[in-house]
Amino acid sequence: MSAPKIGRLAAPIFLALLMAGATVELAGSPPAPVSGAGTTESAHAQPPLDYWSMVFVFMLATFIGIGVIRRVSRLLHTPLMSLTNAISAIAVVGSIIVTGSDYPPLIRFLGGVALFASMTNIVSGFLITDRMLKMFKSDGRGRR
Amino acid sequence: MTYAITQVAFIVGTALFIFALHWMSDPKTARRGVYAGVAAMLVAVVVTWVQPGIIHHGWIVVAIALGVAVGWPLSRVPLTAVPQRTALSHAFGGLAAGLVGTAKYYLWLNEGPENLTAFRMTAIIAEIILGYLTFTGSLMAAGKLQEIKWIPQRPVTYPMQNVTNLGLFLVALVLGVWLILNPTAPLAGSLFPVIIGMALLFGILLIIPIGGADMPTVISILNSYAGLSAVAMGFVLDNKLLITAGALDGSSGLILSIIMCKAMNRSFTNVLFGAFGQVKATKTSGEQKVYKAESPDGAAQILEQANLVVVIPGYGMAVAQAQHKVRELYDQLKKRDITVKFAIHPVAGRMPGHMNVLLAEADIPYTDLVEMDEINPDMPQCDVALVIGANDVVNPAARYDKGSPIYGMPIIAADKARTVFAIKRSKNPGFAGIDNELYFSDRTWMLFGDAKAVVGELVKQLSGGSGMH
Repeated sequence: MSAPKIGRLAAPIFLALLMAGATVELAGSPPAPVSGAGTTESAHAQPPLDYWSMVFVFMLATFIGIGVIRRVSRLLHTPLMSLTNAISAIAVVGSIIVTGSDYPPLIRFLGGVALFASMTNIVSGFLITDRMLKMFKSDGRGRR
Repeated sequence: MTYAITQVAFIVGTALFIFALHWMSDPKTARRGVYAGVAAMLVAVVVTWVQPGIIHHGWIVVAIALGVAVGWPLSRVPLTAVPQRTALSHAFGGLAAGLVGTAKYYLWLNEGPENLTAFRMTAIIAEIILGYLTFTGSLMAAGKLQEIKWIPQRPVTYPMQNVTNLGLFLVALVLGVWLILNPTAPLAGSLFPVIIGMALLFGILLIIPIGGADMPTVISILNSYAGLSAVAMGFVLDNKLLITAGALDGSSGLILSIIMCKAMNRSFTNVLFGAFGQVKATKTSGEQKVYKAESPDGAAQILEQANLVVVIPGYGMAVAQAQHKVRELYDQLKKRDITVKFAIHPVAGRMPGHMNVLLAEADIPYTDLVEMDEINPDMPQCDVALVIGANDVVNPAARYDKGSPIYGMPIIAADKARTVFAIKRSKNPGFAGIDNELYFSDRTWMLFGDAKAVVGELVKQLSGGSGMH
């Protein structure tokens, strides 16, 4: 079986890629530019970027996710999927930054479309999850 | 100061998201999970919006208004359409990630090339490849589930398919790596769209060979990819809330797809590259097999005598919208002190947990919905197994017929029940394209017809004819 299991390995491969990226970063390129740049990034410019801690956060969050989701009731797998869907629409944060910052209009337009897409997911994801969960009753109309 | 407040808000948001998923472990607390999720999302949106760097508000308001306008109707779809809606929202998630990645790349390429560090470029490439392939892949999946005419339902295969797909993916990856190493080369700005195009194409090609029965797995995989693309966006924007929330989504998709694969006894590779439904290695045995048909009247009489009835629903129940009639049948049987349980196979329906939601919609208590592994030991005590629109998940060939495409798949042991009634719309075989041994068993009686009509007929017999014989 040499066929690559891209599917299941997506997360580890991704992690490895990022680590490689961070390593190249530290080894190769000159130290982070201190001067000038980053005027457009003022909102985020406070502490220097710490790639490794981001990779750490990703790894830990994945394990927490696996731990928590393992215990989700099998009855609720459909609502679970629509809920995580809404949660991953946290991309809304990135979309707002791109749409609202002082960027060229074309860039901001792309952000606006992304914001629309994420907002759709937030609204429909949470609402339909709640709608489905309301239906799960332990005894139908008080009868066993 | 603003920075500290933002970080605290993001930490609170992360904690709320984890609680949201934690509360999903029990239907009793699950709705609390939704509220926690909404709260976290509100915090994240507000805190981001009030950042000093956000100076244009018009487009934000318009985009949010449009999102709400489209999102609300999407949350009101009938529950049978939930798989399509889910696939569609994966598509939106992937699109958002892809677009933000694209925007950020061109922004930095033109206004601050020093920001395009190797690490950021890696994240951007991962973000756009995952994002755009999730976008088209999920659109294809949604189209297949919605049964849109010009999207083929059956798996489409052609020679060298896997080689083509894999080759395309590798080329995109190589281009991506080159771009990571030379993010500001003169060619880079025009190479970027090429990678986007390849990711879009790859998404389509990946889903084309996948058929209906594999949809639960595919939706789960796409769920995972949508989450990972959000994670990549977090790396690009240096935003840990994006990373944690995306990772939660990613791991959820991962676990669901592993559960789905186990429930079909197939590997990931096999789902993605196997083209289910093409393997029609069934040997047609010489003898003509015959169905034994039964009338609703006769079936009702036998149901009345039962102590334990196990209902085994499948996608056919969803298609016929029969869940409410099934509820009436449940009521009729309960009235006679007959124990009724529903046996739920993990891959019944078109997405994980699909049957549970439909039956819950019909007000059937979730305490009577039983998982396959729990019900199977009780099946020999079962007087009547009522199969409603399920096929492959009750096919005994999965146990012994090595030539069968579903060989090794765990099944609900309907054949162990004393009597089996199978409601079936037509005499056509199921998705795997194979005959179902169960239907020819001595103990099995077929009730041909639309699931809703047949169950309705059973209810009528039970409610009208009680005590007449």
